[in-house]
Amino acid sequence: MADDILVILQQEAGKVRRVALEMLSLAQQLRPGQVTAVTFGPDAESTKDVLGRYGADRMIALNQDVFAHYSSDGFAEAVRQIQNAVAATALMFPATAWGKDLAPRVAGLLQAGLASDCTEIRSESNGRLVATRPVYAGKAFATVQIDSPVQIFSIRPNIQSVKETNRSAEPFDCPIDLQALSFQSKVVEVRTQATETVELTEAEIIVSGGRGMKGPENFQLLDNLAQALGAAVGSSRPVADEGWVPHSYHIGQTGKVVSPNVYFAIGISGAIQHLAGISGSKYIVAINSDPEAPIFKAANYGIVGNLFDVVPAVTEAVHRLKAEQ
Amino acid sequence: MKILVMVKQVPDTATRIRMAPDGASIATDGIKWVINPYDEFAIEEALQIRERFQGEVVVISVGPQRVEEAIRQTLAMGADRGIHVKTDAGLDSYQAAAALAAVARLETFDLILTGKQAVDDDAAQVGPLISVFLEIPQVTVVLKLSINPDTQRLVAERELEGAIEVVELPYPAVVTAQRGLNEPRYPTLPNIMKAKKKEVRVESLEALGIDTVPKVRVTALSEPPTRPSAKILTGDPIEAAQQLVNLLHDEAKVL
Repeated sequence: MADDILVILQQEAGKVRRVALEMLSLAQQLRPGQVTAVTFGPDAESTKDVLGRYGADRMIALNQDVFAHYSSDGFAEAVRQIQNAVAATALMFPATAWGKDLAPRVAGLLQAGLASDCTEIRSESNGRLVATRPVYAGKAFATVQIDSPVQIFSIRPNIQSVKETNRSAEPFDCPIDLQALSFQSKVVEVRTQATETVELTEAEIIVSGGRGMKGPENFQLLDNLAQALGAAVGSSRPVADEGWVPHSYHIGQTGKVVSPNVYFAIGISGAIQHLAGISGSKYIVAINSDPEAPIFKAANYGIVGNLFDVVPAVTEAVHRLKAEQ
Repeated sequence: MKILVMVKQVPDTATRIRMAPDGASIATDGIKWVINPYDEFAIEEALQIRERFQGEVVVISVGPQRVEEAIRQTLAMGADRGIHVKTDAGLDSYQAAAALAAVARLETFDLILTGKQAVDDDAAQVGPLISVFLEIPQVTVVLKLSINPDTQRLVAERELEGAIEVVELPYPAVVTAQRGLNEPRYPTLPNIMKAKKKEVRVESLEALGIDTVPKVRVTALSEPPTRPSAKILTGDPIEAAQQLVNLLHDEAKVL
């Protein structure tokens, strides 16, 4: 199975994240007919149909009970064994919390180079893969070459398009020596946070507030707009530092780096660290009372005005549009 | 508890990134160099652990001469001593982790702390790679850490997309810090004075047996694509809002 791409992905209760389908579509485009998906846990096999539809030619389902809960050392060793058996030329991981924990561990075990958080991968004429990845949180883009025989990539969610190619995801039996696996680091509990809204790094639309919101109580305005749009809510760093919103809202160079279709920056002046974190957005909308705010230079559309008047008016206009659709 | 903290010196996040003439690196003139913000959380956590359980905090960093300044800053925060693996070579994550692991092996330790990623290359690899090279477990992107010296085990809360994951592991281990873990302290004047007298040992890649052939090379660096200048709407808020929604629907086709 040389020249294969192994796509290592996470499933929960038989469901996979969109980034899994993005990776499969990309892998299928790079190596048609040579894509093997690897997934873990007792429900691993129930992902067969969806993985096949989006580009898995084969699948390796590690459905043993020991893979029910994530363990970075146990999972990494299992991937190493699979790679030793199948000798793929490239491995792909999602650049999610899960994949970013696992991929470098696998890279270390395989003594292979890893390009993290890639936004583009292309095939060279010699068959090697070359990646583009943002650095300095998106202030620059690097073209990276991995020189080790095995090339490893983690793929940023929300960038690649998803394409149905209707493959068969043939089950491939790859025996794992469970005795050789340690499970030292073990997940014992997962606490889901209140998830009325979408996770920022996967959101198609983000409504984000800054100091111009004047206080935590006014974030209700953003929640209302976000609800109308089906969007996630984020913030600039100062308001997260002030405790107006949880740290998990913070978007920017030292917070989350996002790439939605539309990013609404509301009462955000546009510090360079914040602009870095949103540079992957397809469209940026700025709403700010200061026409000189740097955010307008980064935006596609802007409204200069009092956000306390403008935001409810935008929410109303979105409601009207949705009612027509 | 002997704690090693792996620190990287990076350009301040307020830096405007410009490309160097070679087209594959950044222009470094005029850059203000700082401790990687996520590494500051690692240092603070190490200092708090030492306050609770006694022991030693040793800071290790790889890089050129200027890196000593970052190490001195951590000593001023309260770290006991520093080790500077001095090199002008641009290392990839794999080599940097190999060098740091080699120093760790010589030092011995109970715990290794570092930031979840460095804000220059954003690779988020060094912590996990060190743990592989040292054959110890890891937990990354940690928001909360508790240590049980009796059982030699850690319980860590790490951040996932929209969830918190609780991870248990034995130590020695590698822990990478996320914003929210703590509030890093500022150096006090007496500590700044004391830091000048603290030891910073210099190591070389050659002595550690680290080769300088990277596995991952940056062959080109470019500026992000620029956006066309914005359409700015002013005037009556209700009209401007309606125009905006129309543009997003009809022109951008994203609503």
